[in-house]
Amino acid sequence: MDYRLRTPLSEDDVRRLRAGDTVTLDGIIWGIRDATLIRIFDQGQPPPADLRGGVLLHVAPNVRRSAAAPSGYEPMTVGTTTSTRMDRFTRGLLRDHGVRAIIGKGGLAEDSSAAFQEYGGAYFAIVGGAASVETEQVEAIEHVYWEDLMPECLWEFRVRAFGPLTVAMDAAGASLYRDVAAAAQARLAEIYAKLGLGP
Amino acid sequence: MEHTATLVDPDTLFEDLGRRLYVESQIDIPPDVRQALRDAAARETLPGPRGILTTMLRAIDVSDRKHTLVCQDTGIPIFWITIGRGIAVDGAAMLDALRRGVERATRETPLRSSIVSPLERRNRQTSSGDGVPVFHVEFSNEIDHIDIMMMPKGSGSESMSFLKMLLPADGEAGVKKFILETCVAAGGRPCPPTIVGVGIGGSSDLCMTLAKKATLRPVGPEGRHPDPKIAALEVELRDAINSTGIGPMGLGGETTVLDVHIEQAWTHITLNPVAVNMQCWRGERRRARVYPDGRVEIGY
Repeated sequence: MDYRLRTPLSEDDVRRLRAGDTVTLDGIIWGIRDATLIRIFDQGQPPPADLRGGVLLHVAPNVRRSAAAPSGYEPMTVGTTTSTRMDRFTRGLLRDHGVRAIIGKGGLAEDSSAAFQEYGGAYFAIVGGAASVETEQVEAIEHVYWEDLMPECLWEFRVRAFGPLTVAMDAAGASLYRDVAAAAQARLAEIYAKLGLGP
Repeated sequence: MEHTATLVDPDTLFEDLGRRLYVESQIDIPPDVRQALRDAAARETLPGPRGILTTMLRAIDVSDRKHTLVCQDTGIPIFWITIGRGIAVDGAAMLDALRRGVERATRETPLRSSIVSPLERRNRQTSSGDGVPVFHVEFSNEIDHIDIMMMPKGSGSESMSFLKMLLPADGEAGVKKFILETCVAAGGRPCPPTIVGVGIGGSSDLCMTLAKKATLRPVGPEGRHPDPKIAALEVELRDAINSTGIGPMGLGGETTVLDVHIEQAWTHITLNPVAVNMQCWRGERRRARVYPDGRVEIGY
């Protein structure tokens, strides 16, 4: 199924999505990454904005100062970073801050999958490295919180037709990453046999 | 003395090249990589992986048209410099100038500075710091110019770097298995389809350097290793990795790698080192050839 959704997302919005569906988003998405999450969870500072129903994007953009932009910054290149590094923060984001979805690349691991099931969340895969396309879908940077962490601030992006994104981990516990990894692992044994590499 | 020549105004020349190569490598994707992505998109049968490859090709087009970065990751700037026969150049001044060029590119474009100190995580906002840009300098009898290759190495793929000091008894089979295992373990994280660089032999440091250097060769027949045995191994591994089904962005499909490139060096009787270093689907690289009369050619 292909969905066009407006943020913030409700629990129902997210729970009906299935791995393999595609989602295109309109509204606000929140740019976040390592340093931002370390400040929230390891240094105990509450997020400076309300993330309930929020969709997060694992990102650190190239920006330019601009007097005309609402936040004082305009996007130059906005692109997505590898999610795996931020895996341990997923549960807290859903449980404590009401986040509904995370956009990233490379996928998240088993505890994140369990948290998506428990609290009603999902992971949307974007095409990594295709930032020039992604940037065209960002209308504006509405606000920049924690500017001292530049470029790892908390970014409030207004997006239009952001996607299509692949639902890669859903609230029913499915994960395309888990499936692909298991299939590849099984293939390895066949490949070793074919190439005469022994067990 | 007939081989000796002096470069004109190297300070300005190399500073400008440092700036230009760092920026252009992130905007203009090499033609061999474009071709490989088009071929892969045509080969994929399922709409998911084909759609991902199409988005990648679209990102390249958008950057051509708008002259913007393809990826937000400005990477670790790495220069591979080869100084040819009979070239007289102030090497220290050349490296200083290239570094200034990277810093200027970061300030003036502007580019996101992705470089921090390792413990305090301090960012000078210049894409440089202690030991960065990384410089590899070699000398060659084969050329009569200075060859400068810039690689802005993104962290998604650079994080997928693996070294194993295998035993001689592990043989070639152990080497092949290690390469296959690392590609499966990396999954979607290095932004596949990747260019997989493999180093075989040498010392631990040389082995990893060879693996990274291997990712600079053009994708496809043009970049195939001249030694037929190594070339056959590259093709065998490329096909084997693609048959794992990891696919574009690790979401399944037939294209996990665009190519596998191997570089080798002789090693110690007790050692059997193998290193794997991955480059993301963009295969970013930009080259300048600087001739003694000051002429400069820019390419890939």
